[in-house]
Amino acid sequence: MTNFPEPIVELSGIAKHFGGVQALRGVDFRLFPGEVHALVGENGAGKSTLVKILAGIHRPDAGGVKVGGEVVELRSPIQAQALGIAVVQQEPMLFPDLDVAENVFMGRHPRDRFGRVDWKRMHREVNQLLASLDVSLSSHTPLQGLSVAEQQLVEIAKALSMQARVLVLDEPTAALSAHEVEELFTIVKQLRERGVAILFVSHRLEEVFKIADRLTVFRDGAHIITAPVSEMTTEEIIKHMVGRELSNLFPKSEAEIGEVVLEVRHLTRAGVFADVSFQLRRGEILGLAGLVGAGRTEVARVLFGIDRAESGEIWLKGKKVRIRSPQHAMDNGIAYVPEDRHQQGLVMNFSIAANVTLPILQQVSRLGLIYPRREQKIAAEYSRQLRVRSTGVEQLVNTLSGGNQQKVVLSKWLATNPSVLILDEPTRGIDVGAKAEVHRIISDLAGSGLAIILISSELPEVLAMADQVIVLHEGRVTGAFARSEATQERVMFAATGQGR
Amino acid sequence: MKRLKSLLITWEGLLVLLLLISVVMGSVLSPFFMSGFNFYALTSNIMEIAIMALPMTLIIIAGEIDLSVASVLGLTSVVLGLLWERGYPMWFAIGVALLVGLVAGCLNGLLVTKLALPSLVVTIGTLALYRGLAYVVLGDQAVSNFPSSFTSLGFGTIPGTEIPWSGLILAILVLIFVVVLHFSRLGRQLYAIGNNKEAARFSGVNVSRVKLMLFILSSVIAALAGVIFTARFSSARPDNALGFELYVVTVVLLGGVNIFGGRGSLLGVMLAIFIVAVLQNALGLVNISGDIQSLTIGLLLILSVLGPNIARRIQVVITRWRLVAGSSKQV
Amino acid sequence: MTTTSQEVERAKQRSQVGQARLLGLVSRVRELGLLIVLLFIIFIVGIQVPRFLSIDNFEQILLSVAILAIVAVGETLVVLTRNVDLSVGSMVGVTAFVTAYFFKQLPNVNLLLGILLGCALGLVLGIINGLIVSFGRVPAIVATLGTLYVYRGLVFVTAANTTSQINASDVPTDYLALATTQIFGIPALILIAAVIAIIIGYFLHASHSGRQLYAVGSNPEAADMIGIRRNWLVFGAFAASGLLCGLAGVLWGARFATVDATNATGLELQVIAAVVVGGVNIFGGSGTILGAVLGAVVLGTLQNALNILNISQFWLQAIYGAAIIGAVVLDAFITRWLQRTILFRRKKA
Repeated sequence: MTNFPEPIVELSGIAKHFGGVQALRGVDFRLFPGEVHALVGENGAGKSTLVKILAGIHRPDAGGVKVGGEVVELRSPIQAQALGIAVVQQEPMLFPDLDVAENVFMGRHPRDRFGRVDWKRMHREVNQLLASLDVSLSSHTPLQGLSVAEQQLVEIAKALSMQARVLVLDEPTAALSAHEVEELFTIVKQLRERGVAILFVSHRLEEVFKIADRLTVFRDGAHIITAPVSEMTTEEIIKHMVGRELSNLFPKSEAEIGEVVLEVRHLTRAGVFADVSFQLRRGEILGLAGLVGAGRTEVARVLFGIDRAESGEIWLKGKKVRIRSPQHAMDNGIAYVPEDRHQQGLVMNFSIAANVTLPILQQVSRLGLIYPRREQKIAAEYSRQLRVRSTGVEQLVNTLSGGNQQKVVLSKWLATNPSVLILDEPTRGIDVGAKAEVHRIISDLAGSGLAIILISSELPEVLAMADQVIVLHEGRVTGAFARSEATQERVMFAATGQGR
Repeated sequence: MKRLKSLLITWEGLLVLLLLISVVMGSVLSPFFMSGFNFYALTSNIMEIAIMALPMTLIIIAGEIDLSVASVLGLTSVVLGLLWERGYPMWFAIGVALLVGLVAGCLNGLLVTKLALPSLVVTIGTLALYRGLAYVVLGDQAVSNFPSSFTSLGFGTIPGTEIPWSGLILAILVLIFVVVLHFSRLGRQLYAIGNNKEAARFSGVNVSRVKLMLFILSSVIAALAGVIFTARFSSARPDNALGFELYVVTVVLLGGVNIFGGRGSLLGVMLAIFIVAVLQNALGLVNISGDIQSLTIGLLLILSVLGPNIARRIQVVITRWRLVAGSSKQV
Repeated sequence: MTTTSQEVERAKQRSQVGQARLLGLVSRVRELGLLIVLLFIIFIVGIQVPRFLSIDNFEQILLSVAILAIVAVGETLVVLTRNVDLSVGSMVGVTAFVTAYFFKQLPNVNLLLGILLGCALGLVLGIINGLIVSFGRVPAIVATLGTLYVYRGLVFVTAANTTSQINASDVPTDYLALATTQIFGIPALILIAAVIAIIIGYFLHASHSGRQLYAVGSNPEAADMIGIRRNWLVFGAFAASGLLCGLAGVLWGARFATVDATNATGLELQVIAAVVVGGVNIFGGSGTILGAVLGAVVLGTLQNALNILNISQFWLQAIYGAAIIGAVVLDAFITRWLQRTILFRRKKA
C-alpha cells in the first residue's frame, strides 16, 4: 500500500445544506489509491451527502475538490465518471430490460470500423472483466434475472471498464447474504491490489474491521476522526459516532410486562423465512435483529396481512387468526410502521391530518362523509402527544423534517388503537436528537401497555430498547436472548449465522 | 386584490376566466348565442360527454384511465335498439343495457386489478372489443323507431324551461360525484391511491376493490349515457359516439386533473365542460366545422399543460437572474 | 480450491450460461410465438379454403399491411422510449390529403417533389410532437391526444378551401402507380415497407443511438446519470415517427386513390394493436421492429382470413380488441412464470 503517495481524492472544507438542514459542515477528507477506506456514521451523519457530492449529483456550497492532484468542480455524474470516480449506490442504477454486457457498456459501446456497435467485442470484454473478478456471470444474462448482489457486481464491472480510479460503495452489504458479502470482499481486495481507491460506506462495524485499512467517522455532518482500523476498537468507534456514552442514549423506562398478546408458531414463507416462532407480551418490546435481507420485514409483512404465510400459525390474545389484509390486521389490533417513510408510510402531498386519519376514516366520518373537525381534533391530539413540530395539522407532510414525518407516521398508527405495534427501522434517516425522542415515545408506549416489535439494524438501539431479542439469519431464528443475556457479540454472531 | 389574484392563479380561476372569454366571444360572434334555444342546443350536445367525464375524473385521479367508455356507450345503445326492435318492453331493454355496462366494467376492472395490467393498454383493447361487438350485434343497420315517451327523455325539456331532461340527470349525477370525491371517505381514498398507491395499501385501503368499483362505475355510467344518446338521436347505431372517449379525457385534463393521478377537482372539470360546450356552440353558430372545433379543443389541451410548464421555466429563469443581479448589487 | 468446489464453480457457471440462454430464448419467444400463431391461422384457414394459400393472397395480405407496418415502425421507436404517439392517424391523414391535393393542383410536377413534400410535412408534424413532449415536458399521452385533434383539424382547414374529396381522376397516374408498380415481381409497397423495417431494425440493433433508445425506456433516471441525451433521443423518435407517417401518407394517397378529410381516422388503434401484439412493451425498454411488423402481419392475416371465410368484416374490430387483450395477458403470464422460474432456480443454486 502506502509509501505516502498523493491522495487520489482530496476534499477540503466541504459544506452542504438542504433546506434548513446542514448536511455537511466544513469537512476535510482524503482518499489514497490502493486503500480501502471506510466511512462510518449514523444515519444523518452526512455519509450519503458526501457520496453524492463525489458522484457529481450534488454541488457543495463551499469547499474545494481535488481529483488526482488537480482542482476540479464536480458538476455532473458524467464528469465525475470521466474523472474516474465510480459510485455504486444502494439502489443499482441499471437497465432491467438489457443484458449484462449492455449494462456495463451503455453509452460507451465499442465500435467496429464502420461505427456500428461491436457486439462480439463487447461481450468478449465483459466476459473477460467478469472472469478477472472471478465472477461466474455470463455477459448475455438479462439483468432482470439477477439478484441485488449480482447487480452490484455488474456495477463494479462497469466501474472497472471505465478505468475507475475511485470506487465508492454506498452500503453495499445492505441486501447481501453472508456468502455474497464474502464474495464482494474478495473482489474489493483484488481491486485494492490493482491500486483502486475504495470508499466503503457502512455502519456495520464488523465488516469495517474485516475489510478496511483506514476509517473515518462522521457525526452530524462533521468530520470527527480518521485513523487506521488497526488502531481502533469498536467501543471507541461507537463513541465517536454517537458522541456520548452508550447508556445515556436510549432512555428506557421499565414497563410492566403482562400476558401474551401475540404468539407466532412455526411461521414459514417459502424462500423468505422458515419456522419463525416467538411470543410477545403486553408492555414488552421485542427486538427483531439481523442483517438486512434476513427476513425481518418479511415477517412483519405477513403479520400485517400484506403477504401470506404458507404454513404456521398466528395467535392473537389466545385466538388463532388468519390475517388476510392490512385492514384485517388493523381490525385485529395490529399496526405496522413501515421501513420506507416516503414510499409506504406517508402520502407526501397530503396534510398531517389527512395522513393521520387515512387508516381510520370510518372514525372521522358519518354516513361515508368526512367530518373535517373530527379529523383535525384527532390529528391535533396526537401531534401534541408526540410533539410534532409544525404550523398546524393542515401542513403538508412533505415540508416536515424527517423526524417529524416519522412522528406523523407513528401518530397515524397509534390512532388505530393497536395492541401490537410493529416498528420497522423507526429511526432510520432521523437526526440524533429526534431519535432520542422517538425512543422515549416507544418506551412510553410500552409502558402504557402496548406490545411492540422493534425491527432494527442498529445493534445499540436493539440492545438498549428490547426486553427480548430474536435474531434472524437468512430467514431462520438463530438466536433468542432475554435482555440480560443479550450482548453485541452474541447478537452479531447469531445475525451472521454463526450462532447456536 | 391580492386575494383575487391568488384565486385567479389557481387552475379553476383561470378556467372561469376562460369561460367568461368564451361567452363574450360567443355573443360577439353571433346574435343567436344568448337565446334560450341556443342554451338548450349548447347543453344537450355535451350531455353524454359531461356524464362520462364524471367517473373518468375519479378514475384518472386514482391513477388509471378508461378509454373504452364511448365503445360501451355504442354497445349499450345497440343492445337497447336490438331488444326494442325484437319487441321487448323499454324498461327491460334499458335494464339489460345497464347490465351490459356492468359486465363491461367488470372485465376492465378485473384485467387491471387481478392481472395487474396497465389500464391504458387494457382499455384500448376493450375499446376495440366493445365497439367491435356493437358492430357484430347490429352490423351496418340502425334502429330508429323508438317511442316518443323514450325519445322525449333525450331531447325533451323540463316543462316551462329550456333545460333538457338529461340535464336534470346530469345535475343529480354531478351532485353525487362532487359529494363522493370531495367530501367522502371514498374520495379521500382515491386521492391517496392516486398520490401513492403503496402508502394507501399500507394504510388499509383496499386498492384493488376501489379500482374495480371505479371501472364498473365508469362503464355503468357510460351505459346510462348510451341510453340518453339513443333517446336523443332516436337512433341506435354501432358507430354512435365514435371517438368520444378522447373528448371525455380531454375535458377532464383540461379541467386541471393531472394525468398521473392524485390531483384535480370536479369543479375544474365542470368548468372545462362548459368551456368546451360554449366554444363548440359558438363556433358552430358561425358555421365553423366540427373538426375545426376539435382543433381548437386540441390546442387548448396542449396549452393547458404546456402553458404552466413554460411559465414555471420562465419563473426559474427570472429568479436566477434576480439572484445574480441581487448578489452583484451586494458587492 | 478443492476439486469439489471447483466443480461447484463450473456447474454454477454452466447453469448461469444455461439460464442466460433460457432467458434470451424466452425474449425471442414473442417473435417465435407470433410466427407460430401466423402458421396456425394459415393452416386452419388454408385447410378450409385452399385459395388462402396462394401467392396472390399472401401478396394481398402484405399489401394491406405495408402502410400500417411503416407507421408501426415509427410508433415502435416512440414506445421504446416509454412514450406513445396517438397522432399517427391524423399525421397520415393530413399528409395523404396534402400530397394528393398537391398533385391535383400541379399535375405536371416531378413525382419526387410531391413525395418529398409529403415526407417533409410529416417530419414537421413529428418535430412539433417532439418539441412539445421533450422540451415542453408535456406527457406524451396528453400531447399526442391534442395533436391528434389539431392535425386532423388542419386537414379540414385545407379541405375547406378546396373540394372536400380528391378522386383518382384528379391526380396524375404515375402517382397512383406508386401503389401498383412491381419490382422484380414484388409490389413496390411491400418492398418499401420491408426496406424501412430492415433499415430501422438495423439501426436499433447496431447504432449507439438505437441502443440508447432502449436505455431511455428501460430506466430514464439511470440513462440521465450516464449522460444519455434523453430529450434529444425522445425528440428524434417523435420526429422519425412523423417522417414515417409522412411517407405512409404519400403511399396511402397513391393506394387508396379517393382521398378525403377523414383518411386514416382510427389508424392509431390499429398501430398500437400491431405494436402491442408484436411484443413491444408499452412501458418501454424492450421490443423489436421485427415483432411490430409481425404483429401487423398477424392482424392483417386475420383480417384476410375473415374475408376469405366469408365471416362478416364486422368481427374485425372485436378481434383487434381481443388480440390486444390477449397479447397483454399473455405477456403478464410469461413474466410471472419467468420470475418464478428464475427465483426457483436461484434457490436451488
